Parts: sequence; C-alpha cells; structure tokens
Amino acid sequence: MDAKPSHLRLEPLLWILFSAGGVVAAFLIPVHLFLSNLAFPLGWLKAPDYAHMSALIAHPLVRLYLFVLCAVPLFHSAHRIRYTLYDGLQIKHLNEVIAVGCYGGAIIGTLAAGYLLWNIH
Amino acid sequence: MKSESLQARYTLNHPRWYRKRVSTYWWLQRWEYLRFVLREVSSVFIAFFVVTMLAQIYALSRGLEAYAELQNWLRNPFVVALNLISFLFVVFHSVTWFGLAARAVVVRVGGKRVPEILISGGHYAGWLVVSAILAWFLLGG
Amino acid sequence: MAETIQLEVARYSPESDAKPHFENFEVPYRKDWVVLDALNYIKDKKDGSLTFRWSCRMGICGSCGMLVNGEPKLTCATFLADYAPAPVRVEPLRNFPVVRDLVIAMTDFMHKLQKMKPWIIRKEEKALSEGEYLQTPEQLDVFKQYSMCINCMLCYAACPVYGLDPLFAGPAAIALAQRYNLDSRDEGAKERFPVLSQHDGIWGCTFVGDCTRVCPKNVDPAGAIQQYKLTAALEWVKSVLMPWGGK
Repeated sequence: MDAKPSHLRLEPLLWILFSAGGVVAAFLIPVHLFLSNLAFPLGWLKAPDYAHMSALIAHPLVRLYLFVLCAVPLFHSAHRIRYTLYDGLQIKHLNEVIAVGCYGGAIIGTLAAGYLLWNIH
Repeated sequence: MKSESLQARYTLNHPRWYRKRVSTYWWLQRWEYLRFVLREVSSVFIAFFVVTMLAQIYALSRGLEAYAELQNWLRNPFVVALNLISFLFVVFHSVTWFGLAARAVVVRVGGKRVPEILISGGHYAGWLVVSAILAWFLLGG
Repeated sequence: MAETIQLEVARYSPESDAKPHFENFEVPYRKDWVVLDALNYIKDKKDGSLTFRWSCRMGICGSCGMLVNGEPKLTCATFLADYAPAPVRVEPLRNFPVVRDLVIAMTDFMHKLQKMKPWIIRKEEKALSEGEYLQTPEQLDVFKQYSMCINCMLCYAACPVYGLDPLFAGPAAIALAQRYNLDSRDEGAKERFPVLSQHDGIWGCTFVGDCTRVCPKNVDPAGAIQQYKLTAALEWVKSVLMPWGGK
C-alpha cells in the first residue's frame, strides 16, 4: 500500500465518468425505458408516429442529448461491470483483459452512437 | 564456562494463524452483499437500454419500415419481459443512486451539514421534474 | 422464560488444530446479559482456555469485536435477549487471520493506519508561547464524526473488498485519514494524497456501504471514502488542467 510514483492516473477519470454516467442514467433512463420500450410499443400510451420522431431527431440539440444519454451511461456500466467481475468472481488474473473489454466496449458504443446520430438525414 | 555447543539459540515462535478462504459465492452469504451485487448488476440493464436506444435511432434513420419492424420486435413477449425486468433494475439503480449521492455529497449551510434526506429528496424532486419534461416531449407536447 | 441459552463458540488452537471448529456451551440466560458476559461466564465456569479480547465492556475501547450470528458486533453491546431462545453463534471477526479461538491479528490494520499519517501535520509548528490552535465549533463539526472511530475493526469484518483484497486500505484507515485532512489545524492533505488516491486506497472501494451499517460509533466510513473520491477527482482535474502545479 505504499504511495505509487506519480504519473497520469486513470482511476480518477474513470470514476468521474462512472459518476457522470450514474447521474445521467438515474435521472433520464427510467422514463425513456418506460415510454420507448414498454408504453409505446405495447400501446399503453399513444405512441408518437414516425413523422414526429423523425422531426424530433432532426434537431441537433436532440441528437446531442441522445448522444449524452447513450454514451455516458455506457462508461458507468463498464466501470461497474468491471469491478463486479473483479470482486464478484475473483478472476483477478484477468484484470487487464476485463478492464480493456469493459472500457473498450464503452468506447465502441460511444463511437457507434456518435456515428449513428451524425448520419441521420 | 560456556562452550560453543552449549550456547542457547533463540528462535521466534510462529503460531500458525488461520486464514479462511473467501468463497466465490461470498455475495450470497449475506443479504446486504446480495443487495449490493444486484445494485451493481443493474448496470448491465442500463447497458441493455442503451443498446435498445441505439437500435431505435438506427431504425429511425433507415426509414418507416425499419422503424415499424423494430416496434414489432419490441412487442415480442420475450423482449417485453426483458424490458420489464430492465425497467425494475433501472429504477432500482435510480433509487439506490439517490441514496448513495446523499451520503457522498456534503453540503454545508450555515456551518451545519444539510441532512441526507434533503439531498436525496432533492434528487427525487429533480427526477420527477425531468421525467415530466421528457414525457411531455415524447408524447408530442 | 428459558433459564439457559446455548452459545456456539468458535475454537481454534494453533498448536493442535488445522482449522477452527465450534463448541457448544450452555450459559445462564439473564435479560441484562450481553454476549461478553456469556463468554466470561464460560471462561470462569466452563472452560478457562477460551481466549478472547475485551476491556472496557462499555463500547469505547473497541477490543471485543466478534461475529455474532455472522454479523460484526461489539460483544459488550450485544444483548442475549435479542437472540433468545435461539442459540447464539460467536466467531472471530471475518477477514482477519485467527490467532486463537476468538482473537484475530490486526497488525495489518495498524500498518495501514500508520501509512495514513494519522496526526496533525503542519508545515511549521506554532511556538508554545503563541498559544493554542483555535478552532470554531463549525470547524470541529466538519471532521468530528470521523474522530469517533474506536478502531474496533467491525468495518473491516463487514467490507467484502477487504476480504477479497488484503492490500486494500480499508474503511477505518481512510476515515481516519479524512479526520485529519478535514481538520482545520492540519496542513498534511497533500502528503496523504498519494497513499489514498491509488487502487489499494480509495479507488478499490465500490461503496458497498456495509462498513457504515455495522459501525457502532456512526463514523460513516463509506461516506468519508466517497467524499474523498470527489476531492481526489477534483485534484486530478486540477492537475490535468494546470499541470504546472500549485503550491
């Protein structure tokens, strides 16, 4: 537990991303999941039609919002899943593989979200 | 008169300490640990939501038929069940997160710490307001 | 009302046992008895070789921490009446090496605590003639909670991260570091930063929160750790945005 030599530490950054993602997920995801994945497809509430959705998503601010909604929680999940695998399953010898897999997955998801939202006509 | 061979040698006493191995299923051994792991697992369902959201965005960009197809897929009973479970876990994340934030955030007003219930209460109020605004947008307000 | 209650007590003798086993003892059941009273009764009347730590018997020395029915508790503050008539299982604290019977070795914690430099660090000490360091009640309130720690180790017995990774600093050590970081008389936060802000320090903590739940003194070590994570994160942001360094 001795003090490690100072170099650019990743842990504070990863924790900041994790926290930001947790906040975004906590405030925004429940209502989105309920409406988009349950209430609208199952007809509990009147679903917005294709025209309305297209109009919404054409707006650059909406796209920015969706990007934040998708990208940041991915880092939250990556961080938690990584630690759960590390602690929960005690597979510490795979530590680097897990870390790269988790954060790599989040980065890929972020890039995918950016690409999709950029390319909407 | 001492000769070399009669000199006493002192060795340290090493009692055999017992260390119990931590079981791989340590998280099943106490309710509190299980609750913790469920809270962490909620992050998997958050990632699942993001995937479905990306799928919807992709379908939107591909046109009316693709969008309708995705809506159909969302009506599949297995997918509905998955989304219901996801919804429960996502709400569990929010509820636990507001509790954690109250413990982690210290706001001092007039020399005293703001009580935790006000911090988490503030979060719940914000959650309500944000959800209402989003619902208004999506329901075509 | 039952006259007696059963205690299942963990026994381990390093000279003769490969691992601990349980022994049952029948002790008198008195409404005002705590588990420590029962253990002392066993040692007095049934088996003098039963070994356990205790001292003040009033919840301030932190010596008598053990697992009672799997839960970390101070045995001087745990009433038999809350468990009667079921048998009560008493074991040594989780996550520590067992030296004998109910006694654990806490050398690891002492070592980690020392690394935290749990004392007031000043760049320059005030001369005695200048008088005391003054502190307002508001300044005291900022760190007082974390000064209540009695080093009873219940939090370490509750912390699964410490159980899985013995290098982890642990709840009490970090809370005590915070006690000094937040003390207005202290100027040593920068010195403690490298030890705290590393994987075996605060970043290993996943905020399980069980440490706070079992703490008999309401120290809230989990809260202390998360608060320091925020501090450390802000320090990191500063060091990235202003790499030329501060004071």
